[in-house]
Amino acid sequence: MFEGVDALLLARIQFAFTVSFHFIFPAFSIGLASFLAVLEGLWLKTGKQLYLDLFKYWLKIFAIAFAMGVVSGIVMSYQFGTNWSVFSDIAGPVIGPLMAYEVLTAFFLEAGFLGVMLFGMNRVGKKLHFAATLMVAVGTFVSAFWILSVNSWMQTPVGYEIGANGQYLPGDSWLEIIFNPSFPYRLVHTVTAAYLTTAFVVGGVGAWHLLRDRTNLHARKMFSMAMWMAAIVAPIQIVAGDMHGINTLEHQPQKVMAMEGHYQSHPDGAPLILFGIPDSEEKRVKYALEIPKLSSLILKHDLDAPLAGLDTIPDDEEPPVGIVFWSFRIMVGIGFAMLGLGLWSLAARFRRKLYDWQWLHRAALVMAPSGFVAVLAGWITTEVGRQPYVIYNLLRTADAASPLDAPAVGASLVAFVLVYFAVFGAGVWYILHLMRKSPHLGEKGVKRGDTGPIRTAGITPGPSQNPGDPSTLPRNQEEATDGR
Amino acid sequence: MAVNFDLTVIWAFIIAFAVFAYVVMDGFDLGIGILFPTFEVGPERDRAMNSIAPVWDGNETWLVLGGGGLFAAFPLAYAVILPATYPLIIAMLLGLVFRGVAFEYRWRDPGHRRLWDAAFTGGSLVAAMAQGMTLGALLQGIEVVDRAYAGSWFDWLTPYTLLTGLGTVAGYALLGATWLVWKLDGPGQHHARQMGKRAAWATLALMGGVSLYNVFLNPEYADRWLTAPEIYLAAPVPILTGVIAIALLRSLSVERHSKPFWLSLALFFFGMAGLGFTMWPYVVPPGVTIWDAAAPERSQIFMLVGVAITMPLIIAYTAWAYWVFRGKVGDEGYH
Repeated sequence: MFEGVDALLLARIQFAFTVSFHFIFPAFSIGLASFLAVLEGLWLKTGKQLYLDLFKYWLKIFAIAFAMGVVSGIVMSYQFGTNWSVFSDIAGPVIGPLMAYEVLTAFFLEAGFLGVMLFGMNRVGKKLHFAATLMVAVGTFVSAFWILSVNSWMQTPVGYEIGANGQYLPGDSWLEIIFNPSFPYRLVHTVTAAYLTTAFVVGGVGAWHLLRDRTNLHARKMFSMAMWMAAIVAPIQIVAGDMHGINTLEHQPQKVMAMEGHYQSHPDGAPLILFGIPDSEEKRVKYALEIPKLSSLILKHDLDAPLAGLDTIPDDEEPPVGIVFWSFRIMVGIGFAMLGLGLWSLAARFRRKLYDWQWLHRAALVMAPSGFVAVLAGWITTEVGRQPYVIYNLLRTADAASPLDAPAVGASLVAFVLVYFAVFGAGVWYILHLMRKSPHLGEKGVKRGDTGPIRTAGITPGPSQNPGDPSTLPRNQEEATDGR
Repeated sequence: MAVNFDLTVIWAFIIAFAVFAYVVMDGFDLGIGILFPTFEVGPERDRAMNSIAPVWDGNETWLVLGGGGLFAAFPLAYAVILPATYPLIIAMLLGLVFRGVAFEYRWRDPGHRRLWDAAFTGGSLVAAMAQGMTLGALLQGIEVVDRAYAGSWFDWLTPYTLLTGLGTVAGYALLGATWLVWKLDGPGQHHARQMGKRAAWATLALMGGVSLYNVFLNPEYADRWLTAPEIYLAAPVPILTGVIAIALLRSLSVERHSKPFWLSLALFFFGMAGLGFTMWPYVVPPGVTIWDAAAPERSQIFMLVGVAITMPLIIAYTAWAYWVFRGKVGDEGYH
């Protein structure tokens, strides 16, 4: 079936597919874990039932998203060895320990406290439960810290030595490796992106319920909290992204050249190409709509600063320009749309119309999934933009793959595609069903059927968890079947 | 070099500990998945699953530590073993995907609960079988040339690996059954005890089979177990295993609650100790020793600091989580 197909290409598609699918879940759960911690903290502080309802509402969604993140994440931790064994052998001494630290300081923390967070409210008491929620939230952040350190080291490798057997070995300082030049920028940009992604999902769900009933207090609270995030965090993210871009220009100039579509060097001020069609054969951007000198202003803070183009780079070291050019524009476009929605919500808020402007709610609903598109576009930009290298300027992707034949890689790729679409499709469907239901007074916790390890036993008001609660289920058999 | 020697041995034991922790902890999770269809639909199944719902995720994390630790401490072994057992690893990962999501999905979608129950069992079975076969493929030897796997596609598929795969399935079923003897009461506990007896016999038979096969598999293995002076080191393992086996079968015949589980753990411990003794000092038999595959000293020291600080904490909060969910599942007295 896969004879004659390039095993390397299949391995790259497999990695891109599994990592893209995986990242959707942490992009959501990093922000959602913090949101849950905030909700529970507000509940403990104010004693208002509303916050507990919202906490329990989003906890059910978090449980599904987190499970999908865990199982797709385990695939990633083994994929380095199965499909990229040469990379694993060569880079293992440097990045292996960082990933081991991720397991030791993040994965165990999240997984260890998740059980208490989901099922333990009535067993450990409010304060200890809040501590468990905080530990899960901290764990998601620590996990991002380590894995982004690994990724950043592969983008901007420093602090290594080359061993006699060809391995990259750690140098004197692990701090130099961990805090490599692109890491602080990537960490801030990615974690902020995760918070924004979650905010827009929460805002979209709030907007959906406001459109159905603008007096819904739970929907109002969600929407208001999400719009504060959009208004405050979106501008911060744009500034962080700009700084990340300037850092990339310093350390990975050809990535920025591809993002900007600069095939040619511009000795006295480079234009900002807004749109166009990059043509790597002719080495120019066709039908370009451009603003003179703006690119130099953004990247160098000087209208006339010279900017080198891809003409200074050997052809076999150029990243694929078309993909990077477009994915970058999608990310930036969504970033500004997020800023726009944030400002719009501020205007509505100051006129006391936040819960009345239906067009604002419709826009928020449409933008609910925008964060996922933006983070994937951003990762495509940075990952495709560092090609043809897997470790920048050191190890080419083509030299990093396992000695596998195309049919083996192809068959596993097909298996991953089929299983991921079926399993994660069902999971997303269940999440959407939970979101469609309005949060209400006395929201139930994670449901465990009739003999769960936990039954609501009177600490919180409201009915106990009962079996087969129809309100949390697909409305009928047909709808459930549609989901697959 | 002397320091490096010691560090590499320490790391071999840390990885072995992570693998052992994974095998016994996720072992009873997967075992419950394997036995799931034999439990009655309804409260019995729900209780069986709820007995692990709060802890399965933490249990599975030991697999990431085992894999990630191997990557970090013995990168060459990681880079050889995974391509050599490629289809097994992919099958295990996909099995774990189905198993893991079933915990959430079956409660969300009662209309398809049977489907997700089947996914829970199928995923558990595939993952257990693949893990056991991977172990067998490692023990029977992996061909390595120039720091890379040099064998062919189906080297991992032999009668021996099928035997180790089945042995692992039976062993996990034993762990799962004895865990449920501890966590359930009434008819569910009675059923778990019956299943535990069958799984115990199957596990002992397959352990015996694998042990005998090992002697014929590789002359070095035979020397280690059957000649002096090593036999004096080796002999206590089968003797103690036998003692534990008898105690386990007896504990399943009487009304014990937690004892069968602890004895099953002990059985696994001696089984793995025996395998470790067989393999030592190779991480990828027959050619790659732990020192050949070891990461440099700086990597090992850096990680050792992390392990020394975090491992006591991990063990402490994991134990706390188990303590929070102690007692019989569904026993009102604990709520």
